[in-house]
Amino acid sequence: MAETAASPTSEKNLAAQNLAVRTSPARQLAEAFASGSLAGTVELAEVPFLTLVGLRAQAGSETAQRLASVTGGLPAQCGGTVTNGDTTVLWLGPGEFLVVAPTEAHESLGGDLIQALQSALADGQGQVVDLSANRTTFELTGPRARAVLEKGCSLDLHPRVLKAGTAYSTEVANIPVILWKTGEESFRIFPRASFAEFLGRWLLDAMREYASPEVP
Amino acid sequence: MLLISCPNCGPRDETEFHYGGQAHVAYPENPNELNDVEWSRYLFYRANTKGTFAERWVHSTGCRQWFNMLRDTVSYDIKAVYPMGTPRPDTTPAAPEGAAK
Repeated sequence: MAETAASPTSEKNLAAQNLAVRTSPARQLAEAFASGSLAGTVELAEVPFLTLVGLRAQAGSETAQRLASVTGGLPAQCGGTVTNGDTTVLWLGPGEFLVVAPTEAHESLGGDLIQALQSALADGQGQVVDLSANRTTFELTGPRARAVLEKGCSLDLHPRVLKAGTAYSTEVANIPVILWKTGEESFRIFPRASFAEFLGRWLLDAMREYASPEVP
Repeated sequence: MLLISCPNCGPRDETEFHYGGQAHVAYPENPNELNDVEWSRYLFYRANTKGTFAERWVHSTGCRQWFNMLRDTVSYDIKAVYPMGTPRPDTTPAAPEGAAK
């Protein structure tokens, strides 16, 4: 891939091409997701190629403060998230975070989020790692989304416990995922890329019963 | 299924954790001075307690942090969860007391 000094427009074309040739981990299930989704009940879709950045910095350290100034803050405890515009930081562990940003924030599409984080880290103790290819994102929405997840997740998903805007690293269908409740009836699930097909099919199967009328 | 209280994440299913064996097995001060018997005792010989046992666990599907736990090997009753590097919180002293790895 020869790279030449290019004008902004040709750079944009390059970025569009870059995205067109990529295949997301659950691309083969896209049609199944569309046909398996039940409008107004529960819908499933893949949100491919989100920019994911792993951050590590000891809480309260100067490095953490510099990283926080780029992301707009770092969550302090388990389940915490900090949203700043279209970028959200999820808490994964003490001193470990995951930045979730739109696709365009990635450097291959002309974004500068990762570079900004790397220059904020400078030579401080910590890590900024591009993890975009590590996981894919499923979006499960609708009034039955919780019921679908409850079939395979041991967390208490009732809204009195699990509030919108919290994210937990846990297990769904016996595989490790990050579960982020983005709204009252919407969840984002981040499985590793290699688990995407399994989890996609598992969710489709779990959603299937809601296509039939409820048995009284 | 055990319900284990992770110090960072709160109560989670046992399936999210991995077991790390006996806690408080101190690394030898001068490993080069040990003979083969002593070295193998450090590497492979562990207590097989019937009753309260101090062991290490890691919350591998959550915060990925290690911690120590006092668990009854008969009743599976979890007596205490405490951070790595702290001594065993018990009235009956543990046999080999030392810094956790």
